[in-house]
Amino acid sequence: MSEEQIKNLEAQFEARIARDEKIEPKDWMPEKYRKTHIRQMSQHAHSEIVGMLPEGNWITRAPSLRRKVALLAKVQDEAGHGLYLYSATETLGVSREEMYEQLHKGKAKYSSIFNYPTITWADMGAIGWLVDGAAIINQVPLCNTSYGPYARAMIRVCKEESFHQRQGYEIMLKLCNGTPEQKEMAQDALNRWWWPSLMMLGPTDAESIHTEQSMKWKLKRKSNDDLRQQFIDQTVPQADILGLTIPDSDLKWNEERQSYDFGEINWDEFWQVVKGHGPMNKVRMKARVDAWENGKWVRDAAMAHAEKKQERKEKLAM
Amino acid sequence: MNKNLYKYLLGIADNSLILGQRLGELCGHGPSLETDIACTNMSLDLLGQVRSYYQYAAKIAGDGRTEDDIAMLRKEREYFNVLLVEQPNTDFGYTMARQFLFDVYHFLMLTELEKSTDLNLSAIAKKSIKEVSYHKRFSSDWIKRLGDGTEESHKRIQTAINDLWTYTDELFHQTEADKAMVAEGVGVDVTKLKGAYYEEVNAVLEEATLSVPESKYFQKGGKQGIHTEHMGYLLADLQYMQRAYPNMEW
Repeated sequence: MSEEQIKNLEAQFEARIARDEKIEPKDWMPEKYRKTHIRQMSQHAHSEIVGMLPEGNWITRAPSLRRKVALLAKVQDEAGHGLYLYSATETLGVSREEMYEQLHKGKAKYSSIFNYPTITWADMGAIGWLVDGAAIINQVPLCNTSYGPYARAMIRVCKEESFHQRQGYEIMLKLCNGTPEQKEMAQDALNRWWWPSLMMLGPTDAESIHTEQSMKWKLKRKSNDDLRQQFIDQTVPQADILGLTIPDSDLKWNEERQSYDFGEINWDEFWQVVKGHGPMNKVRMKARVDAWENGKWVRDAAMAHAEKKQERKEKLAM
Repeated sequence: MNKNLYKYLLGIADNSLILGQRLGELCGHGPSLETDIACTNMSLDLLGQVRSYYQYAAKIAGDGRTEDDIAMLRKEREYFNVLLVEQPNTDFGYTMARQFLFDVYHFLMLTELEKSTDLNLSAIAKKSIKEVSYHKRFSSDWIKRLGDGTEESHKRIQTAINDLWTYTDELFHQTEADKAMVAEGVGVDVTKLKGAYYEEVNAVLEEATLSVPESKYFQKGGKQGIHTEHMGYLLADLQYMQRAYPNMEW
């Protein structure tokens, strides 16, 4: 193709997106579009899979049968999200194995929030309420993103995430209406998860490198700072209902902006965790790599068995 | 309270509780996403069944205890599950072998339990049997895949079957409560399931190109509350919150 032809295709492509048309796997797309989507979608899939670990940590110790079943179902949902996000990403010409390899070698990222430890039962409430809450704010706009398979996957993911968030909030509510010890457990969890949840919405606009292009492709519809403000404004009244205190002495309603002002985020901590030096980065990655390596003989057996079965079938047919 | 019925219920429910707990340990660590999801599914099914049994048991006990009190606040000697289900997830081979050796029994038992004169039990059995027929298909398929897969998988699954075989005979033992319930038409006479069980298990092993273990030495004790050393650790996890924070609601 000549340079001019490519430019022409690109113009048509951008026009389609501007008209809110969906791009489908077999459509022509600029290489950069493909690569950007592989990066973001696989990162999203990895977040679901790594995100199973901090909550999985409490399945065997859930305090009641009802909570155990709900937690199992929730973590299973995350596996399901991972599965269809990996499948959606595969439509861009990359295999699940390749994506895993990038994750295991530290080349692909996942949401930093999962590099914090879950040390009490209240963390199951705080993760549902805050982490899933922030995730929803990030993800709802993606239901209208330009790449068809991603948009469709996100519609399903968002429905389930909003259920998870209510479930998490309900855990917090029960703790806050319980004994003083339970309420203290809830407050402690909020203290530990509040700031990492704010960081989850990404670096400040000034430092965010991908935003402009992503806006054009509808991979992003609001800036990180706007999303963060939306999250805070939505969450503070929920904390009030619980009777919990947000651990930010600068948090204050701003009448003029009709929004909350809030304190300085510790971006040094954010970058430390992103760069792989958070409290649980190494542990999480080891768990993923172990699962993959210890499962190799099982996957190999399944392949070998399927081949043998096929061979027998062909022999019979002859 | 009908003590025999209560104890009979625990005998059935504890198997599902402990196996469900074991499967729950694996969530997030499976060899593939698909197997991870499937194992979590089985855990969910089993724990769902457990809740029905314990809710019924709580009603029979009539002493204010809840399903959670029964599930999480007994001493180790008061759990009556068979030794098989408490065996650890040594690797995926052991997990599938344990599952398979239990599923074949579980399916046969539920098929009979559905005919119980106790309508509650019969209803739980009816609901559970659909789930367990899926479990049995899943675990049998994996026995075949691993047995007739690679040299390594064949060796691993054969080792797991050999090691767990010693716990199969206990499935067909009866406690005094079991006998009383059979006499009343409520319980299942598990001694009668033994023939069909080994026939089915052996057929799958054969198709999987595995050999049927020849050992005639079997372990027992779970049905009397005498467990293997693994059980205490499993209960420490299961009971942690209820023990550390007594008398609270979650």
